[in-house]
Amino acid sequence: MTATAPLSLHVPEPAVRPGGTPNFGEIEIPQAGTVRRPDVDVAAADIRDLAYTIIRVMDGEDRAVGPWAGTLTDEECLAGLRDMMKLRAFDGRMLMAQRQGKTSFYMQHLGEEAVSTAFRRALEPGDMNFPTYRQAGLLIAGGYPMVDMMSQIYSNENDPLLGRQLPVMYASKEYGFFSISGNLATQYIQAVGWAMASAIRNDTRIAAGWIGDGSTAESDFHAALVFASTYRAPVVLNIVNNQWAISTFQGIARGGSSTFAARGHGFGIPALRVDGNDYLAVHAVAKWAVERARRNLGPTLVEYVTYRAGAHSTSDDPSAYRPKTEFDAWPLGDPITRLKGYLIGRGAWSEERHKQGEAEILDEVVTAQREAESHGTLHAGGKPSPRDMFEGVFAEMPPHLRRQRQQAGY
Amino acid sequence: MTRRTMIEAIRDAMAVMMERDEDVVVFGEDVGYFGGVFRCTQGLQARFGASRCFDAPISELGIVGAAIGMASYGLRPCVEVQFADYMYPAYDQIVSEAARLRYRSNGEFTAPIVVRMPTGGGIFGGQTHSQSPEALFTHVSGLKTVVPSNPYDAKGLLIAAIEDPDPVIFLEPKRLYNGPFDGHHDRPVTPWAKHEGGEVPDGHYTVPLGKAAIRREGSAVTVLAYGTIVHVAEAAAAETGIDAEIIDLRTLLPLDMETIEASVRKTGRCVIAHEATLTSGFGAELAALVQEACFYHLETPIVRVAGWDTPYPHAQEWAYFPGPERVGRALRAAMEG
Repeated sequence: MTATAPLSLHVPEPAVRPGGTPNFGEIEIPQAGTVRRPDVDVAAADIRDLAYTIIRVMDGEDRAVGPWAGTLTDEECLAGLRDMMKLRAFDGRMLMAQRQGKTSFYMQHLGEEAVSTAFRRALEPGDMNFPTYRQAGLLIAGGYPMVDMMSQIYSNENDPLLGRQLPVMYASKEYGFFSISGNLATQYIQAVGWAMASAIRNDTRIAAGWIGDGSTAESDFHAALVFASTYRAPVVLNIVNNQWAISTFQGIARGGSSTFAARGHGFGIPALRVDGNDYLAVHAVAKWAVERARRNLGPTLVEYVTYRAGAHSTSDDPSAYRPKTEFDAWPLGDPITRLKGYLIGRGAWSEERHKQGEAEILDEVVTAQREAESHGTLHAGGKPSPRDMFEGVFAEMPPHLRRQRQQAGY
Repeated sequence: MTRRTMIEAIRDAMAVMMERDEDVVVFGEDVGYFGGVFRCTQGLQARFGASRCFDAPISELGIVGAAIGMASYGLRPCVEVQFADYMYPAYDQIVSEAARLRYRSNGEFTAPIVVRMPTGGGIFGGQTHSQSPEALFTHVSGLKTVVPSNPYDAKGLLIAAIEDPDPVIFLEPKRLYNGPFDGHHDRPVTPWAKHEGGEVPDGHYTVPLGKAAIRREGSAVTVLAYGTIVHVAEAAAAETGIDAEIIDLRTLLPLDMETIEASVRKTGRCVIAHEATLTSGFGAELAALVQEACFYHLETPIVRVAGWDTPYPHAQEWAYFPGPERVGRALRAAMEG
């Protein structure tokens, strides 16, 4: 006979469900500027605390404070603000286009614009990202043509991927954007492999892997951390913790660990946690991690604490699993509003110029959309040929595919 | 010309390619310092350095995933999965990533990797060291699947695989590593030194992917086989006295239908033999293709002989393995109709 009670299974639950009052009390948010900035050659063991705090630069009065401040000029911040505004406008138009039936599917970045746009500005030409589906800011900030992105979304005759991929699964070698897989997490270890290759060839280019909070549960994540740690690969391993994996709150993937960044500790990988809605902090941390990689000091794990303000995708309705007003209660705010406030505080921007900027950007996006739609949308106008469907499975088409193409009548 | 075992031939193929092309890198579990559990990479680390040939953590998905990343950078990784039975953790990387990368990115990124894996049974390896998963690869669009049956082919096919712009699954029948095993497990092993397939030229040569070889010309019945079973079929033909034409497919995908078709049209009979389990095995695909292409030339139904649809047993290994007696029965069945 045992004196203990029968066992019971623990299933984590988010603090609040629909109908409840949003509550992010569990997330401890330090004052901006209070987290130290170690040298890039620091040992992972000496910065264990940085995996449990949040690096922040912008304070409540729109000032940049502390040791992580000062990586960007006002000009660069204005470019960053434009990147985020463009991404938001792009999202708005494409979301609407999906609702209008011009494409099958879309995924927006609302609330997370700072993460990918600021990270992109910390990279050098030739570096390679292995993104997931919510890092289009890498392309926008990298200057990739919006018309080509939209054409991919529409799967039209101008689609660089010939209509083969689900919308938003872009690919561009030139712009350092690896082909997106809908499988999730698979690209994390590939980023490590790419970085290892760069080291094998004594190159100077580095890689960046991207993953969401939910997908860190996949084995690929752990394989990536083992390989990155073992071979000290020149890679930045990014975890975008936007709190929600479709309907599953981040606690299901995180388990008993209080943060995702802490996962780095078991692998001896320096791990930082950063305010993902603070453009200046994201850029400063990215720059630190990129420099570590470039100086052959090895990988860095970075957790971006952010919030997915929109639905997971156009096929998702978040009101079914979280309070509708949760984003209003999100303590790290909106990345655009915050950078805008900072720049106004610096005298480098104004409400008026912001409104004017919004109009200009919308005009630019709408012009691109018009051009993209002149090449067709999913169900109307120019389309990739079904003949293309049989190309590109192999470098050279083998006889069986040639036969099937003939059978199909192309 | 040097006499080589299949292990030596495979090792030589990698050495030749590492010498010729500094983008070729080799890694896997126990592959570096020790040279692989079957010794296929012995000496490569000492010769080419640890950044070209190295040990990997026990993570097949990590090995293949990292190889894909390296290939997309521009390297030519030739990686080892210690046993084909261990490839399942890497299957997502192989199927969803390596096989589709060229297609889904419209050629922006490609994955010219070779994944070598020892395959097949006959070494008392039990269910986790004996499997033949080739059909799990041929079913996937975007992969090439190769199974050599002798050292000469192994070297030439492996060099062709490393030079190929697409991902290649390279299955090495481990029972053939040291000799042309014909299924008579109770007899002494014939070494490759006594077999013409063991004559392996030095230096670079290729055996093209997608070309079968006729191992024995005959007029009575066509046997489609690959890997170990090629030698089993040769023994079965000799022992039954049936004048079989034995085709060694060498590459399962792309498949050399021309050679198959010409032979079946000539013999009017077809036996398909493999060590992998019968149901949904590659033999099912072969049977479908042969009847599509040669139905009016067939005088008797196509006969399949394969591993039973059970896990590969340990003690009952030789009851499971489709040896010369079972293949011989299949030949007779095809003759009698």
